[in-house]
Amino acid sequence: MRFIGVKTAMLAAGLMLAGAGQAAPQAPAAPPPATAATPAATTTAPAATAATAADAKATPAAATPAANDPLLSMDGAPPMKPTAGIGQPVDGEIGLQPQVTKNGERAAGFHNHWLVPTITIISVFVLILLFIVMIRFNRRSNPVPSKTAHNTAIEVVWTLVPVLILVVLAIPSIGLLQAQFAPPPKSAITLKVTGNQWYWTYSYPDNGGFEITSNLLKEKDEVAPGERARTDDDGPRLLAVDNRVVLPVGVPIRLQTTSADVIHSWAIPAFWIKLDAVPGRLNETSFTIEKPGLYFGQCSELCGPKHGYMPIAVEAVPLDVYNKWVVAKGGKVAGAAEPAAAAPADANASAPADANAAAPAGPTAGNAATPAPVTNQAATANPAGAGNTGN
Amino acid sequence: MSDIALTPNAFEAHHGGHEHHHDADHKPGFFARWFMSTNHKDIGTLYLIFAITAGIIGGAISGLMRAELMHPGIQFLGQWANTLNHIRGGGDVNMDQARHLWNVLVTAHGLIMVFFMVMPAMIGGFGNWFVPLMIGAPDMAFPRMNNISFWLLIPSFTLLLASPFFGGADGGAGTGWTVYAPLSTQEAGPSVDMAILSLHLAGASSILGAINFITTIFNMRAPGMTLHKMPLFVWSVLVTAFLLLLALPVLAAAITMLLTDRNFGTTFFQAEGGGDPILYQHLFWFFGHPEVYIMILPGFGMISQIIATFSKKPVFGYLGMAYAMVAIGVVGFIVWAHHMFTTGLSVNTKMYFTAATMVIAVPTGIKIFSWIATMWGGSMSFKTPMVWALGFIFMFTVGGVTGVVLANGGVDDYMQDTYYVVAHFHYVLSLGAVFSLFAGFYYWFPKMSGRMYNEALGIAHFVVFFIGVNVLFFPMHFLGLQGMPRRYPDYPNAFEHYNTVATVGYMIMAAGMAIFFVNLIWSLVAGKKAPNNPWGEGATTLEWTLSSPPPFHQFETLPVIDGGDSHHH
Repeated sequence: MRFIGVKTAMLAAGLMLAGAGQAAPQAPAAPPPATAATPAATTTAPAATAATAADAKATPAAATPAANDPLLSMDGAPPMKPTAGIGQPVDGEIGLQPQVTKNGERAAGFHNHWLVPTITIISVFVLILLFIVMIRFNRRSNPVPSKTAHNTAIEVVWTLVPVLILVVLAIPSIGLLQAQFAPPPKSAITLKVTGNQWYWTYSYPDNGGFEITSNLLKEKDEVAPGERARTDDDGPRLLAVDNRVVLPVGVPIRLQTTSADVIHSWAIPAFWIKLDAVPGRLNETSFTIEKPGLYFGQCSELCGPKHGYMPIAVEAVPLDVYNKWVVAKGGKVAGAAEPAAAAPADANASAPADANAAAPAGPTAGNAATPAPVTNQAATANPAGAGNTGN
Repeated sequence: MSDIALTPNAFEAHHGGHEHHHDADHKPGFFARWFMSTNHKDIGTLYLIFAITAGIIGGAISGLMRAELMHPGIQFLGQWANTLNHIRGGGDVNMDQARHLWNVLVTAHGLIMVFFMVMPAMIGGFGNWFVPLMIGAPDMAFPRMNNISFWLLIPSFTLLLASPFFGGADGGAGTGWTVYAPLSTQEAGPSVDMAILSLHLAGASSILGAINFITTIFNMRAPGMTLHKMPLFVWSVLVTAFLLLLALPVLAAAITMLLTDRNFGTTFFQAEGGGDPILYQHLFWFFGHPEVYIMILPGFGMISQIIATFSKKPVFGYLGMAYAMVAIGVVGFIVWAHHMFTTGLSVNTKMYFTAATMVIAVPTGIKIFSWIATMWGGSMSFKTPMVWALGFIFMFTVGGVTGVVLANGGVDDYMQDTYYVVAHFHYVLSLGAVFSLFAGFYYWFPKMSGRMYNEALGIAHFVVFFIGVNVLFFPMHFLGLQGMPRRYPDYPNAFEHYNTVATVGYMIMAAGMAIFFVNLIWSLVAGKKAPNNPWGEGATTLEWTLSSPPPFHQFETLPVIDGGDSHHH
C-alpha cells in the first residue's frame, strides 16, 4: 500500500519514457509533477521529484532508487497496468484470446476461419442427417424397411470426401508448423525460462545473463503484515506475479525452457506459445511480440500441489525501454557501446540494493545486504523465502 | 440384475433341440457360483456390478471436483483434506497438502473411470456376456483364466482406493492418471507405489482377458460363422483385445521402470542420472493412445448392433465397418505423440503425428456415415437403447471433430493441457463411451436379467443425462479457448461463468443418474418378464435365440450358421 505513491510516480515517469501509445488511459494516475519527466536519457531528477511529491509518506530512501533509475519500479519492471481483454481471459468469452504474435495470428486465423467452420459444418451435417432419418425412416413413416446394405459408390464417396477435407486442412496446418519452427535470426534475444516448484526463473543470456525470479502475488488477506500483496495494477488474481518478464516488442525472442525439478510448461495464450520445461532438456521456440502490453499465462503441466499457483506475466515494451530495463538490471544491451553500457552499470551497481532498502518492512529486507547487482532475485519473494506463496 | 440371474426361472427356456439336457440350467451354490465362477455370464455380471460400483465412486469424485470449481477460490478442499487426514490419524493439514488432495482427486477420477469403470464394463461386462453368446460358443476358451481376470481387479481397485489413506498428510497419488515422471518419482510415501501396483494388476487382468477373447473368437465360433459373418460387436472386442494385448505390456514396462526409479535407484526417467522424462511419455502414450480406442471400440460394436436392431435393417457396409475398426486399431498405434506436441518434438515429428492423427478421422467418418446409412431406409423404433445410440452418434461426432482440431500440432500448442482437451476427451468418453455403455445396458438388460426395464424412465434418464453432460462439458471448450489450464483447483475469476455453468450441468447429469438407478432397481424387482427377443425381427444375433436370461450353460448343441442366414449381409 505504501508503495503506491512511488509506484504511481514511476509509472508516470516510465510511461513518459516509453512513450507508449496506450499511455492515455493510465495517465490520470500520474501526479502533475510527472509531466516534468522527459524522454531525455537523464530523467533522474524529475522522476525523483515525482516520487517524493507523489507520496509524502515515502521515505527518502524509497525515493532514491527511483531517482537512480525510474525504470526500476518495485516489481523490477517498467510500470504497466493490465488491459482488460488483452493477454488475459475474459469472463463469458467463448473464443481464443486475441493474438499478438504473427504465428499466433496465423494459428488463430487457421483455427477460426478453417477449423471451426469445418467442424461446425460437419457436426451440423451429421445432426441434419440424423433428423432426416428419424423423421423419414421411423416405424410410422416407413413401416417396411429396405434391405439395402451396400452401395459401393457412396462408401467410396464418404471415404474420399473426408480425405479431401483433411488434405485441405493439413496443408495450412503443416505450413503453420513450418512457420512456428522457422529458426529465429541471430539477432534474436534469448529468454531462458526455468521451471521450479512452484515459480519461474528467467535469465537473459544475450543480455549478460542476469536472472529474475517470478512468483505469484498473493491476495491481501493471504500475506503476512508488510508483505507485498497483489493490487489490480499487478494483474488479475492468480495471474499477477511479483517480477514480470520484460521483453521487447518487434524483436524476435528465442525462448528456451528447462526445469530444475519436475516438468512444467511455460504458456502464454496471447502468443500461441506453450513449451514444456523438462528437466535435463532445453526446449526452444521463438516468437515476436507485435504489440506492447501485459500478457498472462499459467503453468500448463501438472507439477505438484501448487501447479495452479505459478503464473506467468510478460510485459512487452518498446526496445529502447527494454534496453533501459536490462541495463537497470545490470545486464548488457546487445550492440551497445562499452562506455554507454559501463556508465549505467555503475549507477546500477547500487540500485538493487537500494531498492531493497526502499522496502525496509518488506519480507526480504534481510536480503538487502546482498550486493549482487546482476539479479533482483534477492529483492523478491524467493522459493524458500517468506515471500513464497505458502498458502 | 445378478439377483434375477440367480433365480432359476429360465429353466424351461431352452431353445429347440436342447430338451434332453436337463442340467443345462443347474447352478452351483452361492459361494461357488460367484466367487469361483467359470461361467462367462456370471463373470460378466460380476464385471458389470464392479463397473457400476467404480462408476459411482469415480462419478462422486468428479462431483467433489465440480463443487470445488463452481466458484473461484478454495471452497471445500481444506475441509476435505482435514477430514481425510483425520481418518489417517493426523491433524489438520496445511494449504499445500489440501492442494495435493486436489491432484489426488484428479488422478483417482481418471484412473477409476478408465481402468475400473469403462474397461471392465465394456470388455469384462458386455464382452464376457455376449461374445460367447453371439458366436454360438458355450463359454469362454479359458473359464478359470476368465475368473482370475475379474478377481485381479479387486486387489487392484483396493490398492488404488487405499492409496490416499497412506503416506500421512501428503499421502495420495497426485500425479494425474498419466503418472508422468519425474513428478511421480518425486512424490514420497507409498501412495504412488500402490497406484502403480494397482495399474500392474489391472493390466495383468486385461492382458489375460485379451488372450481369452482372442482365443475364444478365433477358435470357438459356431460352425458356419466365418470371421466375415461375426456380429460387429464381436469384431470390436476382437480388435480391442489385440490392442490390449499389444499396448498393456508397454504400460507395464513403463510403470515398472517408474517403480524401480522410485525404489531401487534406477534413473530411466531421471535426467540427473542420464535418463529422460520424455521417454516415459513416449512409453505411456504408446499404451495410452490405443487405450482410448480400447475404451471406445466395443462401444462402436454395441452401437452397430443396436442401430441395426432398431432400424430393422442389416448394418450398412458391414465389411467397411469391420475393417474401419481394424484400421482405427492399427493407426491408433502410430499416433501417440500427438499427446506430446508441447514437449519439444522436432518439426518433422510434429508434422508426421499431425498427419497420422488426421488419418484416423477417415475410418471414424466411415463408421458415422455407415450408421446413418443403416438407419436410412430403415423402420426405426425409438426404444431407449436406440435413443442412446442416436445420442452417441451425435455426441461422438462433436467429440471427434474437436479431435481434428487438436490433431494439428501447430494449433494444439494453444489447447494442450487446457479445458479444451478436457472437453474433447469427455465428449468422446463421457458422452461417447458412456452413452454406448448405457445403450448396451438397456439393450441387453432384458437378456441379462430376464426383466424389462421401464421404458419411460429409460427415456427420462437419457433426456436428463444428455442435457446434463452437454451443459457440463460444452462450456469447457470455451474455458479452454480462453486459456484455462487443466488440473487447477482454483482459477482466475474470469473463468467463473462457465465453471459455474459446468457445475450446474453436473447436477443435472447426477439427477439423470438417479433416474437410472431408480429404473435399475425397479426393473430388477418389478420389471415385466422379458421374452427371448423383446426387440423383434431386427435383432438377428444369436443371443436373442436364447431364453432371457439364457440358461446357465447355453449351446450344448452348437448352433449352425448357414450360408444364407448371414447376420450382416
